[in-house]
Amino acid sequence: MTKFGGVDFFNIDDLLTEEERMVRDTVRDFVDEEVIPVIEKHYREGTFPMHLVSKMGELGVFGMTIPQEYGCAGMNNVAYGLVMQELERGDSGVRSFASVQSGLVMYPIYAFGSEEQKQFWLPKLAAGEKIGCFGLTEPDYGSNPGGMVTKAEKVEGGYLLNGAKMWITNGTLADVAVVWAKLHGKVKGFLVEKGTKGFEAPEMKGKHSLRASVTSELIFQDCLIPEENVLPGTGGLKSPLMCLNQARYGIAWGVIGSLMATYDSALKYSQSRVQFSKPIAAYQLTQAKLVNMLTEITKGQLLNYHLAKMKDDGTIKHTHISMAKRNNCEVALDGARIAREILGANGILDEYPVMRHSANLESVKTYEGTHEMHTLILGENITGHSAFE
Amino acid sequence: MKIVVCVSHVPDTATKINVGSDGKTIDQNGVTYVVNPYDEFAIEEALKTKEKSGGEVVIVSVGTDKNKDTIRKALAMGADSAVLLKDENYRDSFAVAKALAEEIKAQDARIIFFGKQSVDYDNSITGQMTAEMLGYNCVTVVVRLEIDGDKVTAEREIEGGKEVVETSLPVVITAQKGLNEPRYASLKGIMQAKKKKIEEKDAAAADNNLEIVKMFKPAPKAPGKIVGEDVSAVPELVRLLREEAKVI
Repeated sequence: MTKFGGVDFFNIDDLLTEEERMVRDTVRDFVDEEVIPVIEKHYREGTFPMHLVSKMGELGVFGMTIPQEYGCAGMNNVAYGLVMQELERGDSGVRSFASVQSGLVMYPIYAFGSEEQKQFWLPKLAAGEKIGCFGLTEPDYGSNPGGMVTKAEKVEGGYLLNGAKMWITNGTLADVAVVWAKLHGKVKGFLVEKGTKGFEAPEMKGKHSLRASVTSELIFQDCLIPEENVLPGTGGLKSPLMCLNQARYGIAWGVIGSLMATYDSALKYSQSRVQFSKPIAAYQLTQAKLVNMLTEITKGQLLNYHLAKMKDDGTIKHTHISMAKRNNCEVALDGARIAREILGANGILDEYPVMRHSANLESVKTYEGTHEMHTLILGENITGHSAFE
Repeated sequence: MKIVVCVSHVPDTATKINVGSDGKTIDQNGVTYVVNPYDEFAIEEALKTKEKSGGEVVIVSVGTDKNKDTIRKALAMGADSAVLLKDENYRDSFAVAKALAEEIKAQDARIIFFGKQSVDYDNSITGQMTAEMLGYNCVTVVVRLEIDGDKVTAEREIEGGKEVVETSLPVVITAQKGLNEPRYASLKGIMQAKKKKIEEKDAAAADNNLEIVKMFKPAPKAPGKIVGEDVSAVPELVRLLREEAKVI
């Protein structure tokens, strides 16, 4: 096992509190010791490392910004971001698991759930005893979730759910799905428990990306949801979009972790790989590539740090998160591709993390709001003209 | 019952060490410090002992304010409180043991854990000296431990094998790798550690018996010798291995 030394060109560590650094270092060690040694095997075999769930639960990474009374750590958003950064330095699939559990399942239960729902689900989800997933996207409604056709109908004893969701991280693994459906034409959130009659969650196979992560369909056929499983505080599309802001925030941090991993790999390789009797790090072309990567890491880190501060003091807007998600995913994917170039043919081998990160980031650039949609959200924000509605 | 863990704050084993300009200390430039790796086994064993038999885990460390990073980590792992025995100056193992023994006496603790050695000066002796000063029993290089009432059963590593020994409280145990799997500090533990107290006091006075006169790095390894490139070089290779290297 090699210990990751971090990438911190601008001494951003000096801005962190002692607790924030300790959290980052703990999760950094966890990723070096528990994630990186097993991840290539899981990626190759297309399996999620299930044994990490209870370990991450013990560490306390799930729902870590939720107050301690619900069994969570009650930490700030800087610490949360740093955890996402380190997890994704390991693998985007592992970070995705934690993002979904925290931002898309625990957050909506915390923000929109009844006190009974919170008391029942949050401690179990925090400990990793239960797994959750989030069903918003449908086969025909991706960037336009408001068009969803999944419907809830009020019946005796609850609601009847009909429809299908797609691209659902953790779907097949989940004990509870936070599902969004239209009730009288208005989006409402429901907790659908595993084993409910009429509910199935088959895994989607054949992915070339996020292979160490489970992606599923959710199918509802006259699925009866009891009254107590409605998320009472939800109302309209705004509710799921609030959840997505949580997850997108985690992605903005996470992908910089991925970029740190590919940069670190490329830098080390360039220093040891000798061609024409000198290390390839001594060539101007390689140096330019490495300098660009390091600069993007540093810009991303500063953007993330300030984003965290705005999230903690309540001044953050969804457009801020859009810019960070959009920019950081793009620079991370570009960086992974450049790292692959530096590693030459070796870059395609799973002896190095580069190709895995590169393939993962193809998904991360697209999920949780595509690069294009975030462009249009920002475009609308600065011009006052919506280019998509 | 109090359980004391004595911890040291040491340069990260991954850090490249250089000798300072005085030739007697290390150059602090770019050196990061961590919990002494063997002390992590000691902390874990203390926490397990507490979980099984109750008590209170107290961390004790000799050094400067910088040791607080290591102390905080031990508190985040689950220790209850800590004492920092301050001294800005270098102390040899004897002087460290003296300060620790004084504090352990004041704490009235009867189970004491150390790492089997600190990976900075590598003397592997502070635990034993402390035990001697306190008049406590001592078992070193422990890989398995059972404490039942006053009875202590420990398995320890010896050359080429293991031995099992029995003794009784009060006892000093020095932990070897393999004793347990140290837990990660949980995020909740890190939050709680903020509220835990680190008591600071001057380390009990003690004179050093050792003085570091010089510190230096080993001479760089001489380059290898290529005797030849094909089978004709074998006799010469054999001769050199026999007469110069004296390995065959």
